[in-house]
Amino acid sequence: MENQFLIDSDKLSPAALEKKHRLENDRSYRTNHMEYMEGMEIINSDVCENVMTQVKSFDYGKYSAKDVKAALEHESCTIEDFKALLSPAAEPFLEQIAQKARLETGKHFGNTVYLFTPLYIANYCENYCVYCGFNCYNKINRMKLNYEQIEHEMKVIAESGMEEILILTGESRSMSSVEYIGEACKLARKYFRMVGLEIYPVNTDEYRYLHECGADYVTVFQETYDTDKYETLHLAGHKRVWPYRFDAQERALMGGMRGVAFSALLGLSDFRKDALATGLHAYFLQRKYPHAEISLSCPRLRPIINNDKISPLDVHETQLCQIICAYRIFMPFAGITVSSRESAQFRNGIVKIAATKVSAGVSTGIGDHETKYSGKQKNSLQGDEQFEIDDSRSLNKMYSDISGEGLQPVLNDYLYV
Amino acid sequence: MDNDKLVIGGHEFDSRFILGSGKYSLSLIEAAIKYAGAQIITLAVRRANTKDEENILDFIPENVTLLPNTSGARNAKEAVRIARLARELGCGNFVKVEIMRDSKYLLPDNTETIKATEILANEGFVVMPYMYPDLNVARDLVNAGAATIMPLASPIGSNKGLATKEFIQILIDEIDLPIIVDAGIGKPSQACEAMEMGAAAIMANTALATAGDLPLMADAFKHAIEAGRKAYLSGLGRVLTRGASASDPLTGFLRN
Repeated sequence: MENQFLIDSDKLSPAALEKKHRLENDRSYRTNHMEYMEGMEIINSDVCENVMTQVKSFDYGKYSAKDVKAALEHESCTIEDFKALLSPAAEPFLEQIAQKARLETGKHFGNTVYLFTPLYIANYCENYCVYCGFNCYNKINRMKLNYEQIEHEMKVIAESGMEEILILTGESRSMSSVEYIGEACKLARKYFRMVGLEIYPVNTDEYRYLHECGADYVTVFQETYDTDKYETLHLAGHKRVWPYRFDAQERALMGGMRGVAFSALLGLSDFRKDALATGLHAYFLQRKYPHAEISLSCPRLRPIINNDKISPLDVHETQLCQIICAYRIFMPFAGITVSSRESAQFRNGIVKIAATKVSAGVSTGIGDHETKYSGKQKNSLQGDEQFEIDDSRSLNKMYSDISGEGLQPVLNDYLYV
Repeated sequence: MDNDKLVIGGHEFDSRFILGSGKYSLSLIEAAIKYAGAQIITLAVRRANTKDEENILDFIPENVTLLPNTSGARNAKEAVRIARLARELGCGNFVKVEIMRDSKYLLPDNTETIKATEILANEGFVVMPYMYPDLNVARDLVNAGAATIMPLASPIGSNKGLATKEFIQILIDEIDLPIIVDAGIGKPSQACEAMEMGAAAIMANTALATAGDLPLMADAFKHAIEAGRKAYLSGLGRVLTRGASASDPLTGFLRN
């Protein structure tokens, strides 16, 4: 198989290695990624068809400078305008696009920038997603925090001043059950004003349960909307089921969550098509659930433990900026999050144009906040990171940097009702 | 002019400019109030719900009346809960009811707003409902115990001005409570126009937050609002719709 991703660990048994290689090389050995597994809820929704019809017919080569100029002049951005803004023809207009994006951001968000931090509580994973540091064939330190450890991590983070937390797990239902995650949400409610979740997709009744436990926002990365490419990257495990993942945000809203976040992992496939799909996924779902709060993330591929060669290929900062600005102009009201995968310099620049939320004080490892925040070495085990971050600024540093740019950092603008 | 007071729920104000607070730097709030000459400032209860050392509440001078809003509420029940929390947080008895179940345009839900207004007015709040300008709804809000009516000029943050002008005029003409134009006012001239029509006050936030020089823009709004108010009180002169008026009166033939 072509790619930068495949790495064999010398810790794997011969049988495990053989299975791994078969999964990688033998398409017939892999399950049908479009078929639901047992227990996965099927909802009646037209959102996927609406999105994918547009994405399949998206021929970005056909857009010209004229289309881009028209998109910039229009008062509201149509789907065609959005496509033009994502096309290569828009690249020479990046500065003008950024100017327009900044105006739109100002109308809806003024000069505010929201801050949050992720908390990984477990890194066990049952999937083989070839680009991810947590994948089940990657030999890393695995760990699942117990409730006491979770609370300790939360205390350390809360003491730094953070008020919004995003709880993450590796995707393992058996190691990190819904009940376990629910208990983590209840603990988080004690220390934080806002609790978001980025976990494996679950059914509507499970989202409802997690909402009752205190979570109100659900983030699911579709990774890539290109189903054929998706099949070649997610070789085993429940994450392989593409449509169940696609409908996750809708199930979360049906379960009573206030808001949902969308994302493609840029660099996995054709980034222009993936950006279009991400925007339209959010667009069509918001039309169906007008009360839903919508946000978009725009992560690029990063190196992982045991494979430092992974890179976002053709998605350079210019393209990333173009995508973020196109998102902003297409959906002026949506939150846009830029994570610590990006550099401090990029994040300082993009919050002045279109991003409205950034993370700070970030660790993608397990149980290591005290070490990372205070430099104090712990005797207990720590779990390895999902990927390498770039911007390691603390909350205090981020707060003062944002203020220094003339923007107002906001730690909380939320009530659980 | 000296006795021209804005009266809301029995409270008197000299200023007719209500400021928003949520979209710009906390350090600018004091200057904004000063240059705007504002006596009322809104703040989102959800934004005040913070442990941050820089709580927005601490940046608002004590002599200014707080107008907490219920943004984030998707129905009457949530708005009532948020209003009660505002009272617990020490934000006083004023509340601006904002109920939205549309994250794109942030248009208010009039039906739920009537319900929340009634509950909160009965609990002793001075209720200032944000609404889409509809005469029947405005009448229902009056009956529900509202202290003012706050119709939108155009969508929040749009800076598009008086898109709903005709309907706001109907409210001004037919409703006895102060009509405070809220949302969408992007320029001082638009604020002035609304005041000339007879609006009792203007609420603005984004127009200031996105201005190059916030205190200067606050000052500009202050003067525009005062000018509009004076024009309204003085009685506007005639406006010719087309051409000149006939010098020979049409009714000159009448004989007594």
